[in-house]
Amino acid sequence: MKILIKNGRVIDPASGRDEAADVSIAGGRILAIGRVGPEFTPERTVDASGCIVAPGLVDLAARLREPGHEHEGMLESELNAAAAGGVTSLVCPPDTDPTLDEPGLVEMLKFRARKLSLCRLFPLGALTRGLAGEVLTEMAELTDAGCVGFSQAEVAVKDTQVLMRALQYASTFGYAVWLRPQDGWLGKGVAASGAVATRMGLSGVPVAAETIALLTIIELVRATGARVHLCRLSSAAGVALVRQAKAQGLPITADVSINSLHLTDVDIGFFNPAMRLTPPLRQGADREALRQALADGTLDALVSDHTPVAADAKTLPFGEAEPGGTGLELLLSLALKWGADSGLALGPTLAKVTSEPVRVLGDALGSLASSAGRLVEGGVADVCVFDPAQTWAVAPEALRSQGRHTPFDFESTGMALPGRVRATLVAGLPAFEAR
Amino acid sequence: MLQRRNPQLNRHGELIHLLSIEGLPRDVLAHILDTAGTFLSVNDRDVKKVPLLRGKSVFNLFFENSTRTRTTFEIAAKRLSADVLNLDIARSSTAKGESLLDTIANLSAMHADMFVVRHAESGAPYLIAQHVAPHVHVVNAGDGRHAHPTQGLLDMYTIRHYKRDFTQLSVAIVGDIVHSRVARSDIHALTTLGVPDIRAVGPKTLVPGDLRQMGVRVCHDLDEGIRDADVIIMLRLQNERMSGAMLPSAGEFSMKYGLRPEKLGLAKPDAIVMHPGPINRGVEIDSSVADGAHSVILPQVTFGIAVRMAVMSIIAGNEA
Repeated sequence: MKILIKNGRVIDPASGRDEAADVSIAGGRILAIGRVGPEFTPERTVDASGCIVAPGLVDLAARLREPGHEHEGMLESELNAAAAGGVTSLVCPPDTDPTLDEPGLVEMLKFRARKLSLCRLFPLGALTRGLAGEVLTEMAELTDAGCVGFSQAEVAVKDTQVLMRALQYASTFGYAVWLRPQDGWLGKGVAASGAVATRMGLSGVPVAAETIALLTIIELVRATGARVHLCRLSSAAGVALVRQAKAQGLPITADVSINSLHLTDVDIGFFNPAMRLTPPLRQGADREALRQALADGTLDALVSDHTPVAADAKTLPFGEAEPGGTGLELLLSLALKWGADSGLALGPTLAKVTSEPVRVLGDALGSLASSAGRLVEGGVADVCVFDPAQTWAVAPEALRSQGRHTPFDFESTGMALPGRVRATLVAGLPAFEAR
Repeated sequence: MLQRRNPQLNRHGELIHLLSIEGLPRDVLAHILDTAGTFLSVNDRDVKKVPLLRGKSVFNLFFENSTRTRTTFEIAAKRLSADVLNLDIARSSTAKGESLLDTIANLSAMHADMFVVRHAESGAPYLIAQHVAPHVHVVNAGDGRHAHPTQGLLDMYTIRHYKRDFTQLSVAIVGDIVHSRVARSDIHALTTLGVPDIRAVGPKTLVPGDLRQMGVRVCHDLDEGIRDADVIIMLRLQNERMSGAMLPSAGEFSMKYGLRPEKLGLAKPDAIVMHPGPINRGVEIDSSVADGAHSVILPQVTFGIAVRMAVMSIIAGNEA
């Protein structure tokens, strides 16, 4: 299909391009930016007047809930949510049921996502079978099936020997290992340790749960040379350790979730179950450190940590409520809000949800690595067109995700969000258009 | 960020539910204590009843076992002439898989006017209060580690009865504070009523430093904690604390933090000793102290009925 996006302001964070230009698309690729000749006869035209034309967003953490948790989310509902959020590529963790530890499951997931053609799907395989932390998975076969890395999702590997061998084995073949740093013993609480949890009588997760796990992982990276991506940092002390490890040249990258970037434990308010999240929301100083670290590059990417949760599992007392919130449709707006709060230009802001996450994925993306998360002539036409001036109030019933619970529900935060997606193109085809 | 209105107060700042003492203004607390004073005499009458809740149904909803608190709520409701139903949920519908809110919806359909709720999860009564019909009132009878506001209020009533003025007092709370909803409610009440010196006493596993932000002095030494105290509140030591590596043994806890007669000598000569019950004799408190001249443990129970009558009558009279 030939598509023309005209009258927009084209921003490509990777190249620094920021100019008023038309974009022509054909055969799934970007034909030209700014030099669209009269011979180009589009079948469809997207009027991007007043809008930003940016690379489609790349989200490094989104749960789709299939297989096994279809009551909480279906591939179709969640990939529709992704498209509505301008997300054109996403990485999903392996904590499905069954877990993604068999090549057949990964192939099926990729196949079904491809048929929907709403968003590119990049699964993480389980690092250990059943995420049990005991036996390694067949990483080579899983990679052939389409896995871009290996992860334990929320389940800590308690046996350090197993973790070391997993990193050794993965690094033999250059596979990346994605770990959320949380000590399996200290991480059992329902809120961040601190004055709020103590006052409310909620069991706490101390910062040491993150820093102890980070220190272990960092030393194992040093010993094995494994490429590790650290998922969803939550604390100032954790950020400091990542900064130090990066300065030493260790092959480490890291991300932060929209939740930890914008909220603190004070937002739990009167036991609002929407604020039950993992990692738990920490204190103001932690949030400031995370925001600063995302700006200075210590943290490479911003992720939605999209986790649709069934209503029944959220209308429970805080400690019993299932952790997580829907996020795919909020990622762009919360990136823009952070960028505006931090005084950043649109290019560097958008980099954290486009080109930087692609850099984290690296070679695992194969031929896509050179153009996903970017707008380049000849590259794939994954595009997000959004209106930066439009603000909106998050109303759960208007979301496309099957998960309706978000901590950014206007009712609970009173936070109006900037930026609204007008159109999303995946491989040159419309995946979403706002009415 | 919007700070949502405190769910236990209506637009006029009147109490419609009692969920926590935190955030309640001093005059609301004083009004409850004053009202309790007027009910105390009802307990001494031949006919121990007033008609304030006649025709109203109070459901005692205990998701966690309790005999004492449930009984005092039952007595309080009956003395207000309410119809009382005791539901021991721990052994009924939730055991069959019914959700908390389904249970509430079903009982609301039976035209409950008030729920008295005890639940093992901190914050559970907030969830209930947010989902009941506007005319239904919720009283928190203890939620997880979070709050036990009627116990906090009866403790305040007791202190006021014996000490009159809160603004000159030193109050020591001793024992397992981190797991104690009673301690949290007491601390909020004491700070609201202007007590200048509140000490939280116990080992670091049971008395975290974060408590300082609630306005208390953290003491890990019993002698320091109770020296010159006017009021000593001893907390019950739950047996399960020994399994979570919180303490080595009840015996060692008793050795370090148990209130024995010679320790009591460090407090003011007219100090009172309180305990929310049930007491572990020989663990957190020596029998001679529990039964001694300084102990006001049994008057606490008596005052508890009047305080619960006051709470129920006040919230029943306010509209959402």
